[in-house]
Amino acid sequence: MKLLLENAHVEGIRYYEAYRKTGGYRALEKALKMTPEELVEEVKKSGLRGRGGAGFPTGLKWSFLAKPEGVPRHLVVNADESEPGTFKDRYLMEFLPHLFIEGMIISSFALGSNVSYVYIRGEYAWIPDILEQAIAEAKANGWLGKNILGTGFDCEIYVHRGAGAYICGEETALIESLEGKRGNPRIKPPFPAIQGVWMRPTVVNNVETIAAVVPIINMGGEEYGKIGVGRSTGTKLMSACGNLKRPGVYEIPFDLSVEEFIFGDEWCQGIANGKKLKACIPGGSSVPILPANLLLKTAKGETRYMNYESLSDGGFQTGSMLGSGGFIVLDEDQCVVRHTMTLAHFYMHESCGQCSPCREGTGWMYRVLKNIENGKGKMEDIYLLWDIQRRIEGNTICPLGDAAAWPVAAAIRHFRDEFEWHVLNPEESQTRNFGLAHYANPLEVVSA
Amino acid sequence: MAEVQNIKVTIDNITVEVPMGTTILEAARKVGGEVAPPTMCYYSHLKGSGGKCRTCLVEVSKGSEKDPRPMPKLVASCRTGAMDGMEVKSMTSEKVIDARNGVTEFLLLNHPLDCPVCDQAGECHLQDLSYENGTEATRTTFERRTFEPEDIGPNIQLHMNRCIMCFRCVFAAEQLTDYREHGILDRGEHARISTCISKSLDHDFIGNVIDVCPVGALTDKTFRFKQRVWFTKPMDAHCACTKCSGEVRLWMRGDEVYRVTARKDEWGEVAIASNGKPGWICNECRFEKKKASDWVIEGPSNISRHSVISQGHYNKTVHEPQIGLLAEVIGKQPIMKMDIHDVSDVNKPNVHLSQIDGPAHSEDFK
Ligand SMILES: Cc1cc2nc3c(=O)[nH]c(=O)nc-3n(C[C@H](O)[C@H](O)[C@H](O)COP(=O)(O)O)c2cc1C
Ligand code: SF4
Ligand code: SF4
Ligand code: FES
Repeated sequence: MKLLLENAHVEGIRYYEAYRKTGGYRALEKALKMTPEELVEEVKKSGLRGRGGAGFPTGLKWSFLAKPEGVPRHLVVNADESEPGTFKDRYLMEFLPHLFIEGMIISSFALGSNVSYVYIRGEYAWIPDILEQAIAEAKANGWLGKNILGTGFDCEIYVHRGAGAYICGEETALIESLEGKRGNPRIKPPFPAIQGVWMRPTVVNNVETIAAVVPIINMGGEEYGKIGVGRSTGTKLMSACGNLKRPGVYEIPFDLSVEEFIFGDEWCQGIANGKKLKACIPGGSSVPILPANLLLKTAKGETRYMNYESLSDGGFQTGSMLGSGGFIVLDEDQCVVRHTMTLAHFYMHESCGQCSPCREGTGWMYRVLKNIENGKGKMEDIYLLWDIQRRIEGNTICPLGDAAAWPVAAAIRHFRDEFEWHVLNPEESQTRNFGLAHYANPLEVVSA
Repeated sequence: MAEVQNIKVTIDNITVEVPMGTTILEAARKVGGEVAPPTMCYYSHLKGSGGKCRTCLVEVSKGSEKDPRPMPKLVASCRTGAMDGMEVKSMTSEKVIDARNGVTEFLLLNHPLDCPVCDQAGECHLQDLSYENGTEATRTTFERRTFEPEDIGPNIQLHMNRCIMCFRCVFAAEQLTDYREHGILDRGEHARISTCISKSLDHDFIGNVIDVCPVGALTDKTFRFKQRVWFTKPMDAHCACTKCSGEVRLWMRGDEVYRVTARKDEWGEVAIASNGKPGWICNECRFEKKKASDWVIEGPSNISRHSVISQGHYNKTVHEPQIGLLAEVIGKQPIMKMDIHDVSDVNKPNVHLSQIDGPAHSEDFK
């Protein structure tokens, strides 16, 4: 079932005419006849969870928004999408800009935001034009601007281009950057819901979260909530990449098994070049990597599904997270040490440098990993890595520190033999990869 | 005015009463002694400071009377408000000590071990922190980040190698001068303090960045390499100054004034002057009045902060807890961070410096 990408392939859907013909802006018409409170209630009922990574219930977030008398409020949409492996927001904005803009207008109305922003990553250089075109079309047709449909509700949407920094995806860094300052995360509290952009109450949501508001209003929150499983309601966009036969953006139902997603004909069609699956990061580079056996089945031996609960089954010991939906697949030829080093380099490069554990620790982890990868590592280095990541995690200002620590922790946790092999075979490790080992074998011991 | 409500906070099993809105750190400082977490970036007189270095992390084992849930993560005590009934563990929490050791290691990772040639040695907060929370040997084998020293104005030199990115100088420049010309460039481990294209910092109050810098990254060019701080004698003095309070600390040897700084309190922060405001001093007092005759000397400074400056005479050492120590903290009495009694070899061994009348004369030293 498709709720977002249903019409993605309709000719000309990027433009107003085609979008309107497929039923576009009906949700907005409906929304403007309701009260903002009712809208928030619908979103609450839908069970929608933030699609930006943390999975925080959107309705609840909206209800936290402070509403002091006479102070403007803002909706800011996070289109910074810089998490390695994640490219689903780009797809949405590029091909269905009107769906996104419609979602934004409804959300702005629900939150009482007369001026809303899209903060878009600098590298998406061509997308602001697409969005601005859609905004202009919406305006020309009376869906945006002053006194929308005669309701007295005014709304303007501005697209703000970032300069290309991962950290500006963190909501408070994003706000700082939007205000024209250096993109350093703020120290919380206060949270954006109380003091966000220009110290005014602000809601920051992911692009996909906001787009999902359209089907929610169209079908009603309750109906939307019935789709999916457990606390994973609706559908999710996954951006699948790595050694897959058919990588791309997919809209998945939450009851899809991981195995079906990777190997199913309708989905990624298996591993490219007839290779075997070794490991996978299911939700963007920050979430723990899982070896094939733990990916397809939980530690209890149950099938793993593509939803918030199932992917995190087993905690970080044997599970991972759905995260932002950046599904990165590694085949048997990939080296986990090298892969982890690449990620560590990314976090080192993207750390804002405000707090000591992240500023110093990310670079340290990278250098230690580089030694191991280059055959210069020692056994103690593996312990050292563990120690560094342990002392970064949870001790930083923003979650980038955790995001840097988790991939290293998970790689050591599940692929320790590969690290040790690098240390013990410094020369051989320069000429060949460790390979599959037992990672794809079915789990023998069922441990909790 | 509405009366400020008092709340009760328990830190390391010692309960203090503080006004609502006090941070955990300020409450802990009220308890004093080692209960107060070390701070490298927080500076009570600088708005917006704190939260960055993470040395002041504490464990909140009980959120408040109303919501007793413990906080899931360690929190930066300098930026977290205390709540009524809150229970905090600072030096009694293994997790906190471990995190603090971790932060110390991180801060030292790229810090040069050039204390022997650093002007800050002896009054450096990072030295203190590593005495208390550091290990004997480093675990890093990598090259440290290096920069060339940079002159940023006639009186200040920046040694970026030593900077720990506490942001204090940026806040100080922002809040004490008309406009600021320096800030942070780049990000991550490349982040650095800079004036961009070698501009100079010469506003009237810019010299205070030297006082707020916890390490030897910002140093006074008029004092560089002239003396080790522990060979000088700190004296409180004042002058009639139109720009600042004129209340300063002179660092003398014999009749010579080697350095002028603001007066500091026991936490290493600029002390409150007699006018009730933080005693920031102006550039003229700091850099130009280098003759004893420029000043009315009040007498030897009381160095209450643990410091080699008190030269083995810790008559008023670390702030003792005002409230009786409980079993848990006994044995963790405030300690002297640097035990360098040997240094006093240079001084007249039997005379306590504070007993010498008037400014110390060169013959007071060997
Ligand atoms: C380092 C870092 C980078 C982030 N990058 C993004 C991003 O690119 N896009 C995004 O939607 N959320 C990102 N987030 C999450 C946001 O802080 C925020 O939680 C999210 O935008 C909330 O939207 P949601 O509730 O709709 O998921 C990032 C968080 C961190 C810590
Ligand atoms: S955790 Fe990293 S990115 Fe986040 S505030 Fe600290 S230094 Fe900056
Ligand atoms: S120069 Fe000193 S005061 Fe400024 S950020 Fe660096 S350590 Fe802090
Ligand atoms: S003193 Fe609190 S984080 Fe630096």
